[in-house]
Amino acid sequence: MNHAISRGTLTITYVILALGAVVALFPLALMVVSALKTSAEIVADPLSLPHVPQWINFARAWRDAEMARSLLNSVKVTGLTVVLICATGSMAAYALARQKVRGSRWIAVYFLATTTLPIQLYLFPLYFGFAKLNLVDSIFATSLIYTAIYSPFSIFLLRTYFLAIPVEIEEAAIMDGATRWQVFSRVTLPLVSPGLLTVAVIAGMNTWNEFLISTTFLQGHAVQTAVVRFYSMGGQYSSDWGEIMAAALIIVAPMVAFFLVMQRRFIEGMASGSVKG
Amino acid sequence: MWFLFPALLINLLIILIPALLTVAMAFVSWDGTSDPVFAGFDNFRAMFADPVFSSALLNNVKWTALFLTVPIIMGLVAASLLLMVRKGRTFFQIVYFLPAIIATVVIARVWQGMIYNPDGGLIGWLHIFGFHLDDPLAHPSTALLAVASVDLWHWWGFMAVIFFAAFRQVDRAQIEAARLDGAGYFQLMRYILLPAIRPTIVLMMIMTVIWSFLAFDFVYVLTQGGPAFSSEVLSTLSYRYAFYNFTMGPAAAVALVISLFGLVATIFYVRVQQQELES
Repeated sequence: MNHAISRGTLTITYVILALGAVVALFPLALMVVSALKTSAEIVADPLSLPHVPQWINFARAWRDAEMARSLLNSVKVTGLTVVLICATGSMAAYALARQKVRGSRWIAVYFLATTTLPIQLYLFPLYFGFAKLNLVDSIFATSLIYTAIYSPFSIFLLRTYFLAIPVEIEEAAIMDGATRWQVFSRVTLPLVSPGLLTVAVIAGMNTWNEFLISTTFLQGHAVQTAVVRFYSMGGQYSSDWGEIMAAALIIVAPMVAFFLVMQRRFIEGMASGSVKG
Repeated sequence: MWFLFPALLINLLIILIPALLTVAMAFVSWDGTSDPVFAGFDNFRAMFADPVFSSALLNNVKWTALFLTVPIIMGLVAASLLLMVRKGRTFFQIVYFLPAIIATVVIARVWQGMIYNPDGGLIGWLHIFGFHLDDPLAHPSTALLAVASVDLWHWWGFMAVIFFAAFRQVDRAQIEAARLDGAGYFQLMRYILLPAIRPTIVLMMIMTVIWSFLAFDFVYVLTQGGPAFSSEVLSTLSYRYAFYNFTMGPAAAVALVISLFGLVATIFYVRVQQQELES
């Protein structure tokens, strides 16, 4: 369409778009630059480049935030959640797409409604219930909470993928004597693998980044996630922003790398699921 | 059908049953450890008597108004401009979207330390030019806006990408025809582009209302609702009642109020989405 636009208009358009990019990138650039500065340098001039890159900030952040352990906890809870969501979500989505049983519409509406409930509506009884059952500080129990919260979006996303598959493919397999489960797991599921990837990416990102649930249910030092450990860093070493920014970068880097490789999946997933962090 | 069973079971155990217990909890007096005692509407009376409740509710309303306008307008402008250019679309989309994928706690700390910090942040850097600003998070009059600004930064790019995806579905012939008739940017927006993506805008506005009443992370991390409860919102108030004051009744009562606002928006949301489910 730009053949219809004058050169001047096009320039203004790009200037505004670039302004938006600067707004989006500026705080992130400050994070990266500050991660390489001493705290004295940051206080003296927040916008200057580091005289000598302080790689030691990363080593100190790694040690003080116990990254080896807290990152592993994040990986564990994220991995478990992704597996649980893909397994239970794809089955439920298949049922909602294929089986027109009575009540399935109401189940769909129920799932939809739970995506909009405030966490505070179920957080407190859940916490005291988990405490009674000794499930607080359990990574598996926490991943069940994430599964409950993030699976409705994955069910609806996968449902549209299942609906796009012609029923004839499955009918042929049924004729050959396959059970419903075999049709689902061998025939249909492989066909929706792009949808599964999107679900895994979004559920993984949300779990990796999540704060309210993890700070409430994973309090013990041994089970804290990287984000929760990072949060408690602020109070402890409040003046050392170089180190805090280095820790921030360690937590953010894997997600950004993932995003750059699979931006389509991120955008598709967040657009359809509309899960706000 | 049993395929639904695992997902449904997890959902019922984690969400529905505790949610029903919260409804019950709103009518008892309980500190989390001793035996709960039936309290009728006492918790609601206590909640309404707390001046922080009404200011938190008002903060949620302000938050909603802000998010219904600023990020949606910024998103629409950026998305429509992206539609006008050919080169750099992917680049701008990636950059705009980037803040949306970063952990809220990390974003909060970056803004706290690198932007709002008078010693070592952008605010402090402005001293060089004679602007002696203080940390906006530390003042009751500016704290809420300062917190909301961080969420706005985190959020507007996502809106831009969503709206851009919607704009791309608009019939190109229609846009070209309008252009040939001499329509400028504002006429194109007013008569072609905005009406064409109305359903997307409506859905995003409904979701914005829901999310605005759920807002928690940025407030909790940046100000803990302070100073002097000036940036307290309903979700942080509920959390404070439960885990700092150990008064489960009022915590549950506030949670019900949040849900009530969410419910109204949810009814609209389910209606809109159901049309999609029917298809």
